[in-house]
Amino acid sequence: MAPLSSSFIAIVFVNIVGFYTQYGDCNNGRRVPETIESDLTGFSVPLEHSFEVDDVPRFWVRGNIQLKAGRENNVFLSQAMLSEKDRSVLKDVAAVDGLYRIRIPRVSLQADRQTDRQLEGYLTAFVRACSLVESHLSDVITLHTDVSGFVIGVSIVTMPGACRGAEVEDEVDLEVFNTTISVMAPVNAPAPETALFIERMEQEMDKKGKPQEQKSFFAKYWYLILGGAVFLMATSSAQPPAGGGREQS
Amino acid sequence: TSIHIKNLPQFVGKVQFALFDTHSQASKKLLVATEKNIFASLNSRTGDLFWRHVDKTGPDGHINTLMMHGQDAVVVVGNGRLLRSWETTVGGLNWETVLDTGSFQSAAYIGVQDVVRYVAVLKKSAISLHYLSSGHQKWVENLPESDTVQYQTVYSGGNGQVFVLGVVPNSHIVIVEYNIEDGEIMKQKSVAAPWLSSLQSSCVMVGSGVLLCADPTTKSLYTFPLQSADQTTMTPILLEVAAGFQPVLISTQPHPARPPLSEFFLQLGPDYHILLHLIALLFSPSKIAAVMSPKNETVSILFILSNSDPFHLHTYSVIRANGSNASVINLYSADTGRRLLDTTIIYSMDPNGGKPAKLYIHTFLKKDDSVGYRVLVQTEDLVLTFLQQPGMVVWSREEALADVVTMEMVDLPLTGTQAELEGEFGKKADGLLPMVLKRLSSQFILLQAWMSHLWKLFYDARKPRSHVKNEVTFETLSRDEFNLQKMMVMVTASGKLFGIDSKSGTVLWKQYLENIQPNSVFKLMVQRTTAHFPHPPQCTLLVKDKDTGLGSLYVFNPIFGKKSHISVPALPRPILQSLLLPLMDQDYSKVLLLIDDQYKVTAFPSTKNVLQQLQEMASSIFFYLVDSSQGRLSGFRLRKDLSTELIWEVVIPTEVQKIVGVKGKRANEHVHSQGRVMGDRSVLYKYLNPNLLAVVTESTDSHQERSFVGIFLIDGVTGRIVHEAVQRKARRPVHFVHSENWVVYVYWNTKSRRNEFSVLELFEGMELYNSTVFSSLDRPRPPQVLQQSYIFPSPISTLEATLTEKGITSRHLLVGLPSGAIVSLPKMFLDPRRPEVASDQSREENLIPYSPEMPIRTEWFINYNQTVSRVRGIYTAPSGLESTCLVVAYGLDIYQTRVYPSKQFDVLKDDYDYVLISSVLLGLFFATMISKRLAEVKLLNRAWR
Repeated sequence: MAPLSSSFIAIVFVNIVGFYTQYGDCNNGRRVPETIESDLTGFSVPLEHSFEVDDVPRFWVRGNIQLKAGRENNVFLSQAMLSEKDRSVLKDVAAVDGLYRIRIPRVSLQADRQTDRQLEGYLTAFVRACSLVESHLSDVITLHTDVSGFVIGVSIVTMPGACRGAEVEDEVDLEVFNTTISVMAPVNAPAPETALFIERMEQEMDKKGKPQEQKSFFAKYWYLILGGAVFLMATSSAQPPAGGGREQS
Repeated sequence: TSIHIKNLPQFVGKVQFALFDTHSQASKKLLVATEKNIFASLNSRTGDLFWRHVDKTGPDGHINTLMMHGQDAVVVVGNGRLLRSWETTVGGLNWETVLDTGSFQSAAYIGVQDVVRYVAVLKKSAISLHYLSSGHQKWVENLPESDTVQYQTVYSGGNGQVFVLGVVPNSHIVIVEYNIEDGEIMKQKSVAAPWLSSLQSSCVMVGSGVLLCADPTTKSLYTFPLQSADQTTMTPILLEVAAGFQPVLISTQPHPARPPLSEFFLQLGPDYHILLHLIALLFSPSKIAAVMSPKNETVSILFILSNSDPFHLHTYSVIRANGSNASVINLYSADTGRRLLDTTIIYSMDPNGGKPAKLYIHTFLKKDDSVGYRVLVQTEDLVLTFLQQPGMVVWSREEALADVVTMEMVDLPLTGTQAELEGEFGKKADGLLPMVLKRLSSQFILLQAWMSHLWKLFYDARKPRSHVKNEVTFETLSRDEFNLQKMMVMVTASGKLFGIDSKSGTVLWKQYLENIQPNSVFKLMVQRTTAHFPHPPQCTLLVKDKDTGLGSLYVFNPIFGKKSHISVPALPRPILQSLLLPLMDQDYSKVLLLIDDQYKVTAFPSTKNVLQQLQEMASSIFFYLVDSSQGRLSGFRLRKDLSTELIWEVVIPTEVQKIVGVKGKRANEHVHSQGRVMGDRSVLYKYLNPNLLAVVTESTDSHQERSFVGIFLIDGVTGRIVHEAVQRKARRPVHFVHSENWVVYVYWNTKSRRNEFSVLELFEGMELYNSTVFSSLDRPRPPQVLQQSYIFPSPISTLEATLTEKGITSRHLLVGLPSGAIVSLPKMFLDPRRPEVASDQSREENLIPYSPEMPIRTEWFINYNQTVSRVRGIYTAPSGLESTCLVVAYGLDIYQTRVYPSKQFDVLKDDYDYVLISSVLLGLFFATMISKRLAEVKLLNRAWR
């Protein structure tokens, strides 16, 4: 019985750790890149974007996503500034409520798979151009991977996300992207928590069981008996003591 | 208060084998074995089921053959895996034998001296003989040269021999004779037959041990005597074979212990049969007994029968499609080819039904020595009709309902008079005076209707409840006070549509759609509800071929089942996706968009008004496509010219996982409360994204340690992956429900070998981002996702959530179990916020402390003993009462009930004391009146004083 329960506890421990780290991941899963390192052992993929007044996508390079293979999926984005022409086009697209699109090629984040074979096609996402303009080019790009490290989707949102029709006067605001990029892997869904439940049940059983067994009649009601005895003693001082003695037995 | 549809019987499906009980004249039994792997006995007088055995689905439960002898029926199941004998009166199992593996070829009774003793089962490489009384194996023998010879038939003439016939295609026939006692090979010979490819399609046994084969190329008949010398006879056919027609031979063996009849049919064309008689002398040419070649009518089916053996009566019958909606069945004498007197049945077919496909006939001698017969007809639309002379339909069964694919519930219209009245107003009026008159007359009609309604109420109230007749016809069809009675529109796999009244289960209309491919996908949409009088309600059925993707639309009125005359757009290209927009045309029909494989959009209806609205709305109409073969999900936006543009793409590599299912939310779902009030009185807001898609995948690696089920929550407009989770060590079957702010899925845990439930709930947090309107384009923060899993103590067939009018009522999950039970599981038990340890706050919030096991309480079974076999789907619809949700479970059977997830909070109880409450009210009213008067008097008196 004993080794069995200890193994249960071990499972419980692993589960708790697993669960809470996942929880943390899902809420604040974004890892903001640290300072850009010069030597990268990983690889890079181009991040392309497109914004056209006629809404026919023509993608060109916006920057490079540098991915560091390894346990921690470190990801950085190095990107150029928007040229003056691009800025005016972007403003024009925003004015007609066009779309700002981005795309990345399909890749695997695991370095060993890189050489295996090239996946075809791109993953695309979009935001409304006006929200990008109004947020002064502050966007959040997330790469989603599956269990084996393939990038399955990319998403882009701007902060704030709304289009309120606010005019962006200062051209400087549209020069530099203020991008937060991160990689999100799937979280592990929890399995039924049997071990923890059994442990809790046992604890409850212990709590319930012990006092009932140990507390004897006298332990429970000693104050009543004592009080009664004192009372009897006090009342019997006037009476002959024989009656009081019989009652106590 | 649950209602099981009484008028709908238990179904069996498409009949494969049907046998009449010829054991005794008075027998009412009719045995059927169906493609749904069901073996059942029908009452031939009423059409009801005596008993029904539902076997496993798939090839494991497939019924290969059904034979009957006396009171017992022998059935071979699962490609020759099991041999069973059933007692047919009560449906009890006599015995069951597990056979050796090997693909099943045929089975036959083996008789010895006029008594059937054994049953022989022929497999691809072995033959076994079993005692009919116990199922014990008498002997089993391997067949010689079974790798080259295709053994196909086993035959016994009734005098103690067992012949196994095989063929080497385009080479020779092999005939092996076995000793019935020990299975020793007595004789083995091969006869050259270079023209023969299959015994089953071109040969029959005729007379005492003669194999007769038809050769279409030389137009000849060959006879092979099994027993005597290895001589063969070739007889040229005298008559021309129709072009491209393979001649068919039909013979019959009325008693298994005796040889087949020497009369046989030769079919030379689709409507041309000759009846031939093989004269007892083996090598003499056949004599033509009768020629059937009706010139002006079409012979659909020809069937030979011969029983009532003591009288040795041979008759055959012909069914002819006479015109389009009547069939004629005739009985002919085999001796002369003449039609027997008074044997014609003219059977008028349902104009909305299909043509007859199969015919089963039972003849008997009447007391006056004339021939009587009964017919079981199965039509293309799977109606089983039982006919009796003279042309009387005894009963009919709609077996198409055993295979309901999809359904909708449509509100019934207002009463006929009301509807007619509103119709008057709908038309354009002529002038002032006629309008006034019209108005007056209609008011008068209304008054009249109301009076008659009151009278009826009064009249019905006096009668005991059971006496009130509630027969449902189109005339009495009207909406009730709380909209509890609805029209169930059901689409079946065979392409037959049904309109069923939900209260009584009466089939009010049916419509068979011809030319439906058997592997079609159906999507039923309600384009216009009953609410827009005088426009009739309108349903649209999209029928899509699974292989080609080519689709067609069928538009009909769901109340009366009539096809609408609206012109339907032609769909020349395969349809990828269809979506019903909330936009409406001038006549209140919702706009249906169909996207073809070139991403072009077709709108239906496509009036000017609709196109204009679409142009205005184009930039806010998004749709998604799923290509599960490539794991690709893509999002599109509509352009003003009804073309589309690709705006997002997510690709889930198929090497790792494949998409099992994608589900959005139901369009008619309402969520009453935006958030959940927590124990500390703060509010946790729900993430209510109407565009959210739940995508469930399954790993390609099925190893129990590495298999997983993936859950992706993707916004259908922006393609943003809102949440991504992996359930490790999990495998299909996966079922899931997506509603409100939660997704519930069920999977098989490969490690613990059990079924588990998991629930995901999405919350925005303690404050709402934009409380007025939800836009997928403006939700920068991802939701908080909570998840919890539970053990469920039963496998699951299907899963659905309850739905109510306003979404105030708490939700339940409806779980269909393989046992046929339906469990109504409170969603409260599937709540990821269930705490490990109960605290004051969680108690305040009514959260149940977490326990890993999901209970199944007996009171949660909503269908009690009315099980729904092989439940395939559960449909839920809101009713007019907020507390009540209508539930229809369909599978082999159909079950309709109401559920009250939060009890009947908006309905007064049956025993509510109206008299007491009204008398108290009245009493109080009078008391106040009197006391007021008294107070006045007293005041007056005081003033005088």
